[in-house]
Amino acid sequence: MSTADRLPRLLALVPYLMSHPGAQVPEVAKIFGLSEKQLIDDLQLVWMCGLPGHTPGDLIDVSWDGGEIVIDNADTIARPLRLGVDEASALLVALRMLAEMPEFGERDALARVIAKFEQASVEGAAAVSSQVAVEVDATPDALPTVNEALRRGRRLSLRYYVPGRDEVTPREVDPMRLVVVDGRSYLSGWCYRAEAVRLFRLDRMITVEVLDVAADPPAGAVPDEVTSGVFRPSPTDELVELELTPAGRWVAEYYPCEQVEELGEGRLRVALRARDQGWLVRLALRLGDTGRVLSPDSLAASVREAATSALNRYESVS
Amino acid sequence: MSRRKTERLLNLVICLLATRRPLSAEHIRQAVPGYDAANDEAFQRMFERDKNELREIGIPIEVHKDPWEEDPGYRIVPQAYELPEITLEPDEAAVVGLAAQVWQRASLAEAASGALLKLRAGGVETDEAGGMLGSALELRVDTQDPAFPALWEAVRDRRVVRFAYRAAASESVLTRTVEPWGVVSRRGRWYVVGHDRDRDAARAFRLSRISGPVTPVGRPGTVVVPEGVDIRSMVGYREEPVQERTALIRVREGTCQGLRQVARAVRPGTGGWDELDVDFTDPGRLAGWVVGFAADAEVVGPPDARDAVICRLKGVLA
Repeated sequence: MSTADRLPRLLALVPYLMSHPGAQVPEVAKIFGLSEKQLIDDLQLVWMCGLPGHTPGDLIDVSWDGGEIVIDNADTIARPLRLGVDEASALLVALRMLAEMPEFGERDALARVIAKFEQASVEGAAAVSSQVAVEVDATPDALPTVNEALRRGRRLSLRYYVPGRDEVTPREVDPMRLVVVDGRSYLSGWCYRAEAVRLFRLDRMITVEVLDVAADPPAGAVPDEVTSGVFRPSPTDELVELELTPAGRWVAEYYPCEQVEELGEGRLRVALRARDQGWLVRLALRLGDTGRVLSPDSLAASVREAATSALNRYESVS
Repeated sequence: MSRRKTERLLNLVICLLATRRPLSAEHIRQAVPGYDAANDEAFQRMFERDKNELREIGIPIEVHKDPWEEDPGYRIVPQAYELPEITLEPDEAAVVGLAAQVWQRASLAEAASGALLKLRAGGVETDEAGGMLGSALELRVDTQDPAFPALWEAVRDRRVVRFAYRAAASESVLTRTVEPWGVVSRRGRWYVVGHDRDRDAARAFRLSRISGPVTPVGRPGTVVVPEGVDIRSMVGYREEPVQERTALIRVREGTCQGLRQVARAVRPGTGGWDELDVDFTDPGRLAGWVVGFAADAEVVGPPDARDAVICRLKGVLA
């Protein structure tokens, strides 16, 4: 935390200490993200402040003998500041997003909380926060079943579509967590086919069924970290270079590229990694004349070969 | 911010909160340590800066201009400053915990944790794990576009912005001047919507197509969001009534799982080929998809859809 944040921090620290008499130095330092030394320094600063006059009777009284913090004579700043526009918006936008998810089932609690925070914020914050919206995709058909399995701790049987390989595969999955990223729903669970934790997009579940078997993911299996994004090629996958025309630039917007270089007139050179060669061939075919493979040569050859054999079909049949 | 300045600002806050009647600048100069040593001009500058800094962190300073007095008076009204008393039921505390996690990796993360800290300081217990829900549900919104923070600030401060923008598939980058009405996330993409001054019309811009910095133009508070505007409906495809047609596609047995999933009908054909009826509106979009299956799929008709595929394949080989 930078020093510019110090005043807002002090204006939260004093009320915290007032509402938690006898709080311990280590615990308070942790909550405020400070070292114990920084916290003591804050307390020393607070101790120098108080009401005009600044006689001992006007100053805030604070002690931390034996690590137990006791504060007194700080009634004027005993309450924290109202939630600022950024703070209120961060919570309100997220709460409204939750309220849009019908399966979430806490609509009542959400409505109450939203009303409370609108009250607790600085003037205008509620209005501004409604100028930020996160749309949630239409509820996938699989959601009620997935939720039921999660709630009851039951194994799921899926037929799951993998576009990268254009496969529909049967899977048995012990559900661990429902993950909603940017409004799209995924199930994180232990996949018996992969013998690993996998993320499954709910709208790619062709069929889904709750089995009468208790979910029993191996001890130590942790739900996938989605914070790093859901499209995660491995660093050992081969790096592929494409050149894109302006009409092919969407590739750089949809897939994480390791390098993006402007070539002028709207053309781009991008480098990306993908797990499946088949997916890359499909991407290149789809691009048509709006993109071409620069490297590796083997991929460029596969793309030409695929296009040639497809074109032969059309020409021989007609 | 130096320690002395933090001390002065904290004393100023206490002084302005403690007073019932507005205080003149001169009175404040006498009452708050740190101002006394400065000469008149230096004090004026310091006091102006201090007031601005307090306002920036959301402290509401009231200015009173009494016709009988020469100088304005200042004070902070506790009701406008203080976080109201809030109590959260357990279900409410859980949804707040979940909501605060949403931004974890995004640019409002700091605001969300600042809000939680204020709530805690006010004695409001939130459930940061999100309760029972938190163990089974994880929510994330990413704001990785570099333009996001500046656009959010512009929306918040009702300020006009200017940025360089490349429309989809366009060869050139044009400067746009926009009165921002809001930011919307749809299917993982962020858009800013508002009034495009150059086109004199409402427009949506995808953040990933903004190149370079977003520059504020003019003063804050100038943008007026029209009454009743629905920022969400401004994003995404225009709902034009387009006629849906059906393509006949021949696919090799056991292949093209993705196409089979969306087909209206699947008929076993002859010679190792099945026939699919697939609904479409735009031949180009259909071609982009079918072409990925290379020699395993062939659009039989209608002719414009078939030609679109041939054209795409020739584009690959061009």
